[in-house]
Amino acid sequence: MNVRGGSGVNRIATRPVTSLIYFAVLLGILLATCQQASALPAFARKYGMPCSSCHEAWPMLSPFGQQFKDNGYQMGNDRDAPIFQQAAYWPVTFRMTPVWHRESTDKMAVDSPDGTPLGSEAKVTTHGFDWSGLDFHTGGTLAKNFSFYVLPSSDNTGAFHFETVFARLDNIAGSSWLNIKLGKFELDNLLSEKRILTLTNVSGVYENYHFQPVGESYTFGIGDNQVGLEWMGHSKDDRTRVSAALLSSNDGSPGLPTSRGYDGFFAASRAFEVGGFGLQRVGAFAYFGEAPTYYQFTQTAPDQDGVNQTVPVAGTGIGNKGFQRYGLIGMWYIKKFDITTIYFHGHDSAWLGTNTAATPGATLPTGAHSPSWNGGLFESHYMPNPQIMLINRYELTRMSQQAFGGAPTTYYTPYAGNLGNADVLTFGLRYYPFISSRAGFAYHAEYAIIWQKGVSPVTATNTSTSSLLFGFDFAF
Amino acid sequence: MLNIKKVCLNVAVTLILPAFAMAQGDQSPAAKPNPNMESHVGNLTGHSKAGGDLYYRYCWGCHGARGNGDGENAPYLNILPRNFVAAAFKCRSTPTGTLPLDQDLYNSIARGFNFTNMPSWAALTAQNRADLVAFIKTFSARWVTEKPGDPIQIPAEPALTVASIKHGGELFQKLECWKCHGQEGRGDGPSASTLTDSNDQPIRPYNFTSDNRSKCGRTNQDVYKIFMTGLDGTPMPSFADVIKPEEAWDLVHYLRTLQVNNSSPELTLWESTPEGKEIVAAKKVRNTYTGSGIIP
Repeated sequence: MNVRGGSGVNRIATRPVTSLIYFAVLLGILLATCQQASALPAFARKYGMPCSSCHEAWPMLSPFGQQFKDNGYQMGNDRDAPIFQQAAYWPVTFRMTPVWHRESTDKMAVDSPDGTPLGSEAKVTTHGFDWSGLDFHTGGTLAKNFSFYVLPSSDNTGAFHFETVFARLDNIAGSSWLNIKLGKFELDNLLSEKRILTLTNVSGVYENYHFQPVGESYTFGIGDNQVGLEWMGHSKDDRTRVSAALLSSNDGSPGLPTSRGYDGFFAASRAFEVGGFGLQRVGAFAYFGEAPTYYQFTQTAPDQDGVNQTVPVAGTGIGNKGFQRYGLIGMWYIKKFDITTIYFHGHDSAWLGTNTAATPGATLPTGAHSPSWNGGLFESHYMPNPQIMLINRYELTRMSQQAFGGAPTTYYTPYAGNLGNADVLTFGLRYYPFISSRAGFAYHAEYAIIWQKGVSPVTATNTSTSSLLFGFDFAF
Repeated sequence: MLNIKKVCLNVAVTLILPAFAMAQGDQSPAAKPNPNMESHVGNLTGHSKAGGDLYYRYCWGCHGARGNGDGENAPYLNILPRNFVAAAFKCRSTPTGTLPLDQDLYNSIARGFNFTNMPSWAALTAQNRADLVAFIKTFSARWVTEKPGDPIQIPAEPALTVASIKHGGELFQKLECWKCHGQEGRGDGPSASTLTDSNDQPIRPYNFTSDNRSKCGRTNQDVYKIFMTGLDGTPMPSFADVIKPEEAWDLVHYLRTLQVNNSSPELTLWESTPEGKEIVAAKKVRNTYTGSGIIP
């Protein structure tokens, strides 16, 4: 950067029209289901710092931003409490993304009026202008070492839910190793899905964080916010981080809808410096969960057509069976280039894998196995300067054991060994025409495609689904 | 030997030198900043080019694109960001009016400044911080025309005694520290409201009861250095010509007893005496936690 002539940041910021035209050629599309992400101009306004301080490229955190978050959204300078802010300061940030996007899937079950036979498959493509849901972030400190975060979030019809709701006791007894959080929150995933840089329908979430074998009915995603109690500790410089959480077994749903079970999540990581390359970090995580296989009680209730249906009574799920998710993560920096690598392993009980109620005396179906799989993620970023980020991500998941595997017998037909295997490839570009402590704006362009084995709805053949998106991602 | 005139002279020098340096930096045609600087911190060598990239990511919002402390957020800060063009730095190991060591700037970046908007940047790598130090030095011609001062010598801390604490209290009175810092060290002395820094901005004296972190660090050595080097750009002068090293240590011991809300060996010893116990008890304010983190 030319110091005396002003920063590159300023030079580019003074040419918004040129930059807009340039990127308008490249960008066209945007995704309708933008993921909730924590990029808060409210914090930037509070501390008077540019968003680039806490974010490599918002919403992705920098090491400094991670430290700020781990410290309870505090800088630690005894200027963190709300009493030091102007009385008019309100810790609120809105984020929304108007987009144009194109969605295409090659094998969708159709029953169209043009004469296509019932139950056939066809390629379906659509495109148009759209918008994301609204994220309504509010967070910060209630007092020194008392922090909070509330995130009402809507889909693009305006239907709201609470994505995040927690309060946190920070630095208990003056120790950075003792922080307690209660509420609904994102698991301590180093690669945060809530700060994901990609927005398309295909790549707006991490495939590995939500993958489940074909045929399962319980729902869990390690990328989903969960409800519970978390202990988190870190060294003063945030090089070492550890956390453990006790969570209700309901995948973050409100109202205790499933069982009385509890899950556990554990994460640890250590960062180290490698010369002038930057801060490298390696870590591991493990989730031990359980899900009910049937309900203790059901009741009849009329459906929308007035027909009585048997429905489970919320909270009475029993016959719980376990599932696990493990992973290793590395975050590697080579100056302006960085790559995150994850090895992921999933394992489900055979009861869950085969959707078998574990009633007293019940046995598993013939040929039932515990499904397990392995996954990998490689996400790289190149940032020539704080205004531009090029993104590439490749994810893969490979089944290592199907719920019904092995050789065919007279009693059952096993799943194909590769059933459900997925590959996701994503390319993206984000350009921030200005970097400010008041608001954020990004031109966003992205293309993503997912290939899956044997999951087409009618012929059970391979499928591919792609998404192209262009939009204006802004927060204020 | 205590010499109040020397103290006053030091105050004047502390405030005038940075302004003079700033004027030199802006006006002297002969002295131009060097855009290619290095820093040397331990085994690290910082490079200004790499530091520039970091500066325009993390620092420019407050310190300004040209390093003169006029970033777009500066008007909203009640303690203005450091003006790197003036090259007057508070926390140094070097005598008042001289440039700091690279290590001093490195430590300041890592530590941050309590009660200001300058956070700790310990999350950055050591190389990053060294690069930033190198880049900061590209803003002022002082780094071309001058060398950092020789670091002051810090003698070993003498044994902590009640006599040392009491003598420090006497020095606190004789040096008239109370005029700014207040008799109880709460930063509310009779002169407190009149003080300004080298930017003509009001500046409040340090409130010793608020924390056990001083502007320039947490250790007794850090406090000692403040007496002997002053905080350039603020009304806090250097006492290097006024008090002896052993007297400075007495003063350090006494000031620790003013930090009544933070445990320390000095406070423990002082409270073990009937006189100290009574004084400390009178200073402590209870049941007034406001959530600010600062106990009044």
